[in-house]
Amino acid sequence: MNQCQITLIVNDRDYELWVAASDTLLDVLHDELGMADVRYGCGEGVCGTCTVLLDGEPVNGCLTLAVQAAGHQVTTMRGLLGPGEALHPLQECFLRRGASQCGFCTPGMVLTALDLVRRTGRPTREEIRYALVGNLCRCTGYTKILDAIEEYADL
Amino acid sequence: MTTSDLQRSYRVVGTSPAHHDFVDKVKGSLHYAADWQLPGMLHGRVVRSPVPSARITGLDVTAARALPGVIAVLTAADVPSNQVVELASGGLAELQVSMPVLAADRVRYMGEPVAVVAAVTPQIAHEAAELVAVDYEELPGVFDVTAARADGAPLVHEVGNTLVSWQIHCGDVAGALAAADVVVEGEYRTQHVEHAYLEPEAGVGWLENGVLTLRVSTQVIEHAAMIAHILGLPQSKVRVIAAYMGGGFGGKEDMTVEPHLALLVWHTRRPVRMIWDRQESLLGSTKRHPFVMRYRTGADRDGTITAQQVEIIGDAGAYPNLSPRVLFAAAACACGPYRVPNASITSTAVFTNNVPSSAFRGFGAMQVVLGYESQLDLLAERLGLSRTELRERNFLAKGDLLPTGERLDTCVEVAQTMRRALGMLGEPPRPSGPGKLTGRGLGCNRHPYGRTIWFRDRASAWLSLQADGTLLIRSGVTDLGAGQAASLGQIAAEVLGAPLDDISIYIGDSALNPPAGGTFATRQLYMSGNAVLHAALELRGRMAPVAADLLGASADDLEFADGRVWAPAREVSITLAELAAACDKRAVGTAHLSTWRAESGSFDPRTGQGDTFPDYTYGTHAADVEVDTETGQVTVLRYAACHDVGRAINPMRVQGQIQGGAMQGLGYALTEDMAIEEGYVQAALFANYLIPNAQDFPDVLVDIVESGEGKGPLGARGIGEPPIGNVAATIASAIHDAIGVRPDRLPMTPERVLALLDTRGSEQQ
Repeated sequence: MNQCQITLIVNDRDYELWVAASDTLLDVLHDELGMADVRYGCGEGVCGTCTVLLDGEPVNGCLTLAVQAAGHQVTTMRGLLGPGEALHPLQECFLRRGASQCGFCTPGMVLTALDLVRRTGRPTREEIRYALVGNLCRCTGYTKILDAIEEYADL
Repeated sequence: MTTSDLQRSYRVVGTSPAHHDFVDKVKGSLHYAADWQLPGMLHGRVVRSPVPSARITGLDVTAARALPGVIAVLTAADVPSNQVVELASGGLAELQVSMPVLAADRVRYMGEPVAVVAAVTPQIAHEAAELVAVDYEELPGVFDVTAARADGAPLVHEVGNTLVSWQIHCGDVAGALAAADVVVEGEYRTQHVEHAYLEPEAGVGWLENGVLTLRVSTQVIEHAAMIAHILGLPQSKVRVIAAYMGGGFGGKEDMTVEPHLALLVWHTRRPVRMIWDRQESLLGSTKRHPFVMRYRTGADRDGTITAQQVEIIGDAGAYPNLSPRVLFAAAACACGPYRVPNASITSTAVFTNNVPSSAFRGFGAMQVVLGYESQLDLLAERLGLSRTELRERNFLAKGDLLPTGERLDTCVEVAQTMRRALGMLGEPPRPSGPGKLTGRGLGCNRHPYGRTIWFRDRASAWLSLQADGTLLIRSGVTDLGAGQAASLGQIAAEVLGAPLDDISIYIGDSALNPPAGGTFATRQLYMSGNAVLHAALELRGRMAPVAADLLGASADDLEFADGRVWAPAREVSITLAELAAACDKRAVGTAHLSTWRAESGSFDPRTGQGDTFPDYTYGTHAADVEVDTETGQVTVLRYAACHDVGRAINPMRVQGQIQGGAMQGLGYALTEDMAIEEGYVQAALFANYLIPNAQDFPDVLVDIVESGEGKGPLGARGIGEPPIGNVAATIASAIHDAIGVRPDRLPMTPERVLALLDTRGSEQQ
């Protein structure tokens, strides 16, 4: 199998890695770097549980090859934590609003919402719904997720 | 101290702290089943049948075994005990049919496991699975319940295609129907549905000190016993650890990866990880039972229901799994929250060559809501009564008899939930334009919580006050993400006064934690909540005299709060650490194990009389919809749900259960269909199976009734499953109101709604 050496910059740290040309960013982050906040959910780009920010924009880790991310800034949800694992204000809102049940969709939801709020300031509830179409949740019914994001956007 | 003393003032119960697992979940630091790796770990993969019904005439693993990096390829011959017999109703009435761990000579559904592979990388395991050569000689199959019951139908199992048929009878149905002023009839059909938890089935297994340990995404660690049986091991040599699940909804109640993972670990003597692809999960995981339900309901002119005849047939698929109990729940709940003095109910599970159906949130008691609520709406229409008036006339009340002869011994606040749910909707909407029709619907339900009563259910919990005054809880409970563990912390904190941050909760380990009996049947708050409550009360009762002695007060007057024990009027106190030290000095134990037992009873399958479930949760949903008469598209405009949860231990989590359940129900009502054509699963991709996204439906408005009269801890009722039940009936009711025709088939797709509009057109002509 063709291996190539790449540098991945994940949450502001550099990682030198040998990867196969066919390895997805999800495989490398989850299995090679042990990042449990980037998750396999469908492998089709439908569910959004493998969402990461690539140079600040949400992408599906399952549809992105690791080599495509080489040299770019990759942010996972844990990259939002402050010193001492202090929660990011958006994570605080998710916690306070009960926006996680099983928690499996949470990283993707948080990263997609963060990008939306950064781009638009104060999105409407309908704009938030639209932005989250690629992040499925089977537990919450979305209401508390939308509440959390609105609360964050109002901060 | 008793629970009634506690109820004077709650400090922790009734509040909505976000603690325990939820903190790790928003940090992204929780490790799910797929997130563990061990040194030398192999990767497992299942080889599945590509055909629904066939004889295996040849199986060649030579090429697969020869692939570099492949460590094991196992077939039926490698399974010490290849027949799993699960009698879901405890052998009360069902056929005894076994399911192989790996099919030996016959496959009965598409996706049935035939072989398993372990290799050094997932890619090699995948490749090796493709190289396993299986020769199939296709056999005729049966793919729906009607075909399966026909004379001369191909047999899925030699003993016959009818797995179980439950009967519940009371009174004289034929006589009452003949004497009724009106009789309405309906036939309702529901579909296969996918659980679609976002975390696919996964786990890691390893051997240590001769013990096989599996850390998996499962609702039931008690499967350890079955795994031991399959491998021919003593039960003490198998340990199952349940990781926090990324959703389960009943789909992780049966074993998923466990038997195959266990086989691979046992044969290779190495750690193995197995993760099902989403596509494999769609193909091979159990589904919700499709039902065919025929209802005949008789009533007096004033709207009093006098009789109901119900025939339910459920598609069990190729193996029994939990079908006997699902169809039992359907029978026991077939008449809903209404008094029916003369009832005749049959509920039958039929084998087909479809993928097995099994547990799914609602468990038979949810499919029937479409049946009984549709009948109520049809009856109201026929009698010219309002839908609410008709329901109020027939709602059950405490003390009433169910068709099984059981007397309801807790309050029934369903009328209150109906008023509140409808009240949340506000003014009826107007159509948004020409060709649009709006309608309002409602759906009430009665949903059991707790296991079927004849299982004599029990759950244990162990509490320990540590020397520094912090508290440990150990319970075999598994956590689906609904706060199953966290709520136990709230209950213990309430009784013992330890701050939530000082409580650690250990769950889901069959070797180290006291058995709690699995998370299903909306039973864990009821069972483990009671176990923790009673363990905490008993532990407090044992330690209180020591505190009383130190404080110079009576043990009965002490207050346990804020990490301290207080004398009356909060004049003096000691810390819980001081109490622990004093107990230690006096040889008073600060750890305590308690087992809580549910009420027990028996059911006679011949007479259809006896005990079914410990209690029920009642609720009502209401919705406004708009129907586009050009396209058949149904838009849900507003949605409201209200349930009596007895007491809300954590109101925010209760809301979350109701909102999430309602959203799953909206998918079930309108979009989700796990179509299986002649045994072939049609949705091979997640992209083809439409679970609701954030844009599809409006927010679910929630109101909670707290009657205080449940059988859970502090009067709570279970709320995990109930809120999915009402939805399809509510949407059908709203469409009926909008277009004047009753939908009777799920999902209510635009095509089906257009067809209903056509029947209306032809009737008007």
